[in-house]
Amino acid sequence: MTATELPAEVAGPRFEGRRGRWVGASVPRHEDPRLLTGRGRFVDDITLPGMLHAGFVRATVAHGHLTGVDLTATRAVSGVVAAFDAGDLALGDVVALLDRPAEEFTPTAMPVLAKDKVRFVGEPVAIVIARDPYAVEDGIEAAVVACDPLAAVVDEPSALAAATTVHDGAPDNVLLDVSMFDTPGVDEGFAEAAGDGPEGSSTRGGCVVEVTTRSGRQNALPLETRGAVASWDARDDQLLVQTCTQVPHQVRTMVARCLGVPERTVRVTVPDMGGGFGQKCVVGREEIAVAAVARRLHRPVKWIEDRREALTAGFLAREQHYDTRAAFDADGRITALAVDVVCDMGAYSCYPFTAGIEPLMASAEMPSVYRVPAYRVRGRAITTNKAPTAPYRGVSRPQYVTAIERVMEKAARALDLDPVELRRRNVITEFPYTGVNAVTYDPGTYRESLDLAEETLRSEGWFGARDGGDRHLGIGFCCFSERTGYGSEAFAKRRMTVVPGFDLSEIRMDTTGAVVVTSGTMNHGQSHETTFAQIVADRLGIDVARVKLRQGDTERIAYGWGTFASRSVTIGGSAVALASERLGELLCRIAAHLLETRPENVAMDGSGGVIVVDDPARRLSYEDIADVAYLRSHLLPKDVEPTLTATASFDVPGDGTFSNATHAVVVEVDPGTGQVRILRYVCVEDCGVVIHPQVVDGQCRGGIAQGIAGALFEEVTYDEHGEPSAASFIDYLVPTATEIPDVSITHLETPCAFTENGAKGAGEGGTIGAPAAVLNAVNDALRHTGVELDTTPIHPATVLDALEGTP
Amino acid sequence: MNDPHLLTLHVNGTEHEVVVEPRRTLADVLRHDLHLTGTHVGCEHGVCGACTAHLDHAPVRACLVFAVQAEGADVRTVESLDHDGELSDLQQAFTDHHALQCGFCTPGFLMLAEGVLAESPDASREELREALSANLCRCTGYQTIVDAVCATAASRREKIS
Repeated sequence: MTATELPAEVAGPRFEGRRGRWVGASVPRHEDPRLLTGRGRFVDDITLPGMLHAGFVRATVAHGHLTGVDLTATRAVSGVVAAFDAGDLALGDVVALLDRPAEEFTPTAMPVLAKDKVRFVGEPVAIVIARDPYAVEDGIEAAVVACDPLAAVVDEPSALAAATTVHDGAPDNVLLDVSMFDTPGVDEGFAEAAGDGPEGSSTRGGCVVEVTTRSGRQNALPLETRGAVASWDARDDQLLVQTCTQVPHQVRTMVARCLGVPERTVRVTVPDMGGGFGQKCVVGREEIAVAAVARRLHRPVKWIEDRREALTAGFLAREQHYDTRAAFDADGRITALAVDVVCDMGAYSCYPFTAGIEPLMASAEMPSVYRVPAYRVRGRAITTNKAPTAPYRGVSRPQYVTAIERVMEKAARALDLDPVELRRRNVITEFPYTGVNAVTYDPGTYRESLDLAEETLRSEGWFGARDGGDRHLGIGFCCFSERTGYGSEAFAKRRMTVVPGFDLSEIRMDTTGAVVVTSGTMNHGQSHETTFAQIVADRLGIDVARVKLRQGDTERIAYGWGTFASRSVTIGGSAVALASERLGELLCRIAAHLLETRPENVAMDGSGGVIVVDDPARRLSYEDIADVAYLRSHLLPKDVEPTLTATASFDVPGDGTFSNATHAVVVEVDPGTGQVRILRYVCVEDCGVVIHPQVVDGQCRGGIAQGIAGALFEEVTYDEHGEPSAASFIDYLVPTATEIPDVSITHLETPCAFTENGAKGAGEGGTIGAPAAVLNAVNDALRHTGVELDTTPIHPATVLDALEGTP
Repeated sequence: MNDPHLLTLHVNGTEHEVVVEPRRTLADVLRHDLHLTGTHVGCEHGVCGACTAHLDHAPVRACLVFAVQAEGADVRTVESLDHDGELSDLQQAFTDHHALQCGFCTPGFLMLAEGVLAESPDASREELREALSANLCRCTGYQTIVDAVCATAASRREKIS
C-alpha cells in the first residue's frame, strides 16, 4: 500500500519519519523460545518454600444482608491452616472516584471481603488458607454463611425501577448520570429532517432514523485466570505480591491503602501473563486479601482463580443499551445525533476507572468517524446484583460503533442509498478535524479504508454472489476509529481522581554494551519484549538481540500506568525511544571526549559505535565507552557522571491520536439452523507506523475473534434471582478455530505526528469493528425478511425466526 | 478415600516416584510435584485444552486424568518437544507464523497438534482446523495456529516422500 502523506502543517516535532533496520520488520519474537518450550513463568508456576494456598468462600445469593459467617468447621478441616472473614482482616475498602458533582456521580465502596451485604453471586465473603488447593476446597465447603436474601436487581428495568437498591448511597441504582453534550442545532436538525411527512418521512427528502441496540454481558476471558502469590520478606520489610496484572503500580497503591501500610512496604511483580484484555487492568479484591493474609501469617500464600470463579466472579463488561436517533438531509448527510446510553456496571465501581468508564467513553466518542454537526448525549451507569465490570478491550467502542453503524445502515435504507456511499458522504476526510464532541482527530484514512474494503469485496465478486444467487448471503461494513494515545490531558477530561497517562522508561547499558530498558507498560501477549527492543535497537544502532525489556516490577520503575487502551507502543514506546536517544547522546558525549574532538563532530555509526564525523576511521565501540563509564571512570569528562543510564517520560498531548479501520464481512445464514457462517473477512486498518507487521496482524486477528465472539456467541447470563447461568465453558460459548474465519488484513499508514515512533496503537481495533460489521452483514442477509436485528449476540433462533417470519 | 498412594510415573522418558492423593489430577502432579509447569491449566473441566499432554502417544486433557490413572503409561509433556533448547519443526513453525501471543494455550496446542499430525499426517487444512478446534486460544484468532500446523504437516510429508 502507498503510505499516506502527512500534511506538513500538522507534522509535529516528534515523529520525523526515522526508520532503521529493525522497526517495520517482523523479527522473531523474543518471547517465543521460552513460551514454546514450556519454560515461561506464569503466576501458577511459582512455588515458594512453605507456601500455603488460598481460596474464597463466595456468596451464593445475589443480594442479601450478611448475618453471619461461621468458619469454625472450616478451621477444623484437615489441611486448613486459617480462615478469615472481613471482620478478622479489617481492611480498607477499594474506592474509585470521579471528581464530579453528586448529581452526576455516586461513589460506592467495594470491600475486600463482603461486610454487611452481599451484592452478587460469587462475591468473596471469607478467605480459606490451607496446605494445598484440595484442602482449600474442603475448607470452603465447610463454611457456613448466613444471609437474609433481598430481591435481586438483575437488569436495567429492575435497576431503574429502583424498588430495591443495591447500594444505600445510590437509591436510584444509578452510579453515573452525565449529559456530556447538548450542542446547538440538535432539535433543529430533527425538525428539519422530519419535515411534515407521515411517520417521520420528510417532505424535503431527508429522514430521521431511530435504533435501539443492545449488547450482552461478556467476559474478556484471558485463558490464564487471575491469580497471585504473596509473601512477606522480613529483611526487606516488604510484602512481595506476584500477580498477573496489567497495572502493577495501581495494585501496589491499592494494596498499600487497603492494608494501611506505607507503599514502600509493598512490591508488585508480574510474571508471564496469559492474556488480560482489560479484565486484569483493574485491582481485584482477591489479590488484596491474599496479600493481607501473607503479611499476617508471614507465610507465602498463593491464590489461583478457577474457571468457574473467572466466569461468575471475575470482572465482566459490555452490557449496554443505546437509544440512538439521527437526522439526515436529502443528500444523506447526518445533521443531528441524539443518544441515550445505559451501561450495566454490576455491583461495584472498579479501581481506578470507576463505574463511569463505559458511559463516559461512549458519550465522549460516539460521533465516531463521521462529521456530526449537532450532538446530544446522556450516559448512565447503573448498578445491579451482578459481578462488577472492568474496561474490556475496546471499552464501549464496540457498542457505540455498532449503534452508529446501524444508524448508517438504516438511513441508507430510508434514503434508498448504498450504505457505503452514505458513509462516504459523512466520513471525516479533512484533518485535523475538531468534532462536535470537542475532540480533535489527527490524520487518518477513514475514507481510504472504506473505499479499499469495498473495492476488495467487489473485485472478489461478493456483491454479485449476494445479489445473484439463492443463498442467504449478506455483506456488512463497519468504519471506525479508536483513540489510542490517551495521555493525562485526555484522561483528565473524564475527571477521574486518579489520572493515567504518562509513562516512564530507564535505559542502562552494561560493561559489555548490552542494554536493559524498563517500561511502565505491561506486556501480556502484545510482544513488547520484541517491539520495544526494535525501537531501542534502531535508536542506538545495535542488534535487537542486545536489548532486554524489563517490565512488571514496581521496584524497577518509579510509577507506571501499565497496559490498556492500546497505549503501550504510543506512550511507552515513545518513552523508551526518548530514553534511548538520551543514552545515545551520553555515549556520543563521552566518545567525543575520549576521541578528543568536538561533541558535534561525533555520531553513532549505526553498528554499535561512535565515529568522528570528519574522520570516520576513528571510532569507539559502545564496549570501549562502557569500559570507561564503569571501570575507568577517572577518564570520563569532568561533567559526566559514571555509568551509562538515561531516563525519559512521555505523555501524549491534547486529545491524543486515533487509529482507524474499516471491516467488511460476508456472511451466510443457514435457513435450516439459523447459524451464521462468516465466508469472508477483510480488515483495512491504519495504526500509523507499524513496528512489527506480524504482531499488528496478530492483534487485529485476535481482536476480531473477540469481536465475533461478542457478535455471535458469548453472553454472561443470569436467571431472575441473579444466579449466573453460564458458569462453565459448556454454557459460555467461546468460539474455536472452526467458528473464527481467516482474516485478510491490509495496512494503510498515517504516521502519528506526536508520538516518537509515528505509531498509533493496535491493541483494540479488531474487537471494535467486528460486532457492527457482522451484525450489518446478518441484517443484509435477512433484508428480504423485513426483520432487522439490533441485539448481540445474535442467536441462531432469532435468525431462524426472522427467516421463517415468526418474530 | 484420600489416603496417599505411592505412584511410579514415566514422564518424558524419566521415571518419577510420587506420593499423591487419589483425587490429585495428572495436571497437578506434572506441574506441582514434578515441576513441569509447561502444561497449563485453563479450565479444569476439559474444554480449553491448555493442559493437553500425551498418554501413550495420544493427546489427553491432563486436568481430567487422575495421576493414579497414568501409572504405567508413557507420559509426554511440552517439555519433551525441544532438543536442549533447539526448537522442533512444529515449535519453529509456531514462531515463524506468529501462532502464539501470550503463550498460555501454546503448550496445549503443540501437544494437540503433535497428536493430530501423528494420527492424520495427510489431513487437509480444513481437517486440521477441525481437529484444532478442540482447544481454545483467546489471542490469535486461530488462523496462524492453523497456518503453523499446516506448514509443519506439509514439510513432514515432503521429508517422507
